[in-house]
Amino acid sequence: MEPLVKQEKTAMSGDEAIAFAVKQSDVDVVAAYPITPQTIIVEKFSEYVANGEVQTEFVCTESEHSAMAASLSASVTGARAFTATASAGLALMHEMLFVTSGCRAPVVMAVANRALSAPLNIHGDHSDSIAQRDSGWIQLYVENAQEAYDSIIQAFRIAEDFNVLLPVMVGLDGFTLSHTLENVETLSDDVVKGFVGTRLLPNVLTHEGKMVPFKLDPDNPMTMGPIALQNFYFEFKRQQDEAMKNSLDVIQRINDEYSQVSGRKYGNGLVETYRLEDAEVATVCLGSTAGTMKAVVDELRREGLKAGLLRLRAFRPLPVNEIRNALEKVKAVAVLDKSMSFGGNGGAVFHEIRHALYDAETPPFVVDYIYGLGGRDASPTELRGTYEDLQRILKTKSVQNQVQYLGLREEKGQ
Amino acid sequence: MTSHEKGWKEIAPAGVCSKSSTSFLTGDWKTFKPVRDISKCTICLTCVLFCPDGAIRWHPEKGDIEFDLSYCKGCGICANECPTKAITMKLDQE
Repeated sequence: MEPLVKQEKTAMSGDEAIAFAVKQSDVDVVAAYPITPQTIIVEKFSEYVANGEVQTEFVCTESEHSAMAASLSASVTGARAFTATASAGLALMHEMLFVTSGCRAPVVMAVANRALSAPLNIHGDHSDSIAQRDSGWIQLYVENAQEAYDSIIQAFRIAEDFNVLLPVMVGLDGFTLSHTLENVETLSDDVVKGFVGTRLLPNVLTHEGKMVPFKLDPDNPMTMGPIALQNFYFEFKRQQDEAMKNSLDVIQRINDEYSQVSGRKYGNGLVETYRLEDAEVATVCLGSTAGTMKAVVDELRREGLKAGLLRLRAFRPLPVNEIRNALEKVKAVAVLDKSMSFGGNGGAVFHEIRHALYDAETPPFVVDYIYGLGGRDASPTELRGTYEDLQRILKTKSVQNQVQYLGLREEKGQ
Repeated sequence: MTSHEKGWKEIAPAGVCSKSSTSFLTGDWKTFKPVRDISKCTICLTCVLFCPDGAIRWHPEKGDIEFDLSYCKGCGICANECPTKAITMKLDQE
């Protein structure tokens, strides 16, 4: 697809690409606390603030819990708010993540995915954000720095949509994406500003019986997120679940609209299928691993193997129908999990993919590979091994090990 | 208990309150209620300032204070702070 507007190609790391996207997205408040490998995002953004290149209020908080509290507070006054974190920082935000989604505050946050202590490790895996799966945030995972830039711009539109009004987390693999330079095509300031627009607010009915814009405003007082007990709490949670369902359409629409402007499209916005049409064996993964996996698929295809790939861009909401449509004709599927659900018989992505395929007419074999924990590299050769295992499963019509550990010492394999 | 309330499609998002806080009578939470001994009370208004629920009001026209038990949760802060020990907490029998 040809881009419709002039774009500039610049070498940027994933973190820098995100800072640049935030700079262009007319953000009112950025509140953050530094943590590797996210630090470059807010460091770079603070330079924009210091240079007077943006009008954003930049708040240095004393912890990530406060960073999320400040982002939430800004957002409920009608401001556009952004923050970024990783690993322990995201874990410290845990409580406030629920308050933010519960207050329907469309905060956008970049998460430079990183392992959790102990033992201490600063490198990339998905333990941090997968652990926040049920916090009510939309979760998008990106494949490269370009997508990181594009997804942040899209995230404001998704989050602020009246049918959604949910916070969005954009996950990029720590170091692999956050710190690696890539060529990133950027839109002009005007184009991005036009695309994200000004934040609009729906009207809500307050205790005074008035329909007023949904924000904290002394002239039109309202109370958000107070006590709601047995008689109301459940109803508010049901609303959040509905908003998540609504976001399935919104994410696709924004992906389409964005492609009209930029010429770039990420599957249907929820999932990206790669050479899956006639595939017999396929893998499923999140994030940057998909880049390597595409090269592996190409190699296998050249050798005559019908291999394909499904990249899950949205993990929340879970695009159940898209997963089923993409994989129900495949005979064997290997899911790659970059986080561990200790004692859970496989990782979170595995559970959800198997769940999505349970109702398929003839469900494929589905196995799981835990891999890349603590930033351990997954080489093309290792990733290729998963397809070889799948062929063996098809040949023997049996699964030896449902859950395996890829690239781990003392592991035997399928 | 929940059937007469509005459903999730009707209520405002984010727990936005449909009624003012004064319409929620929290006084029925209490176990103990404050009882004032008027002979000891100097109307110093310390209890008015300390009550976390605004359940003790100063009425200048009467020159006196009044406990609004509809909002009193029975925390006992007033009794604790009263400089003349004019307030005691008694078991609420109602």
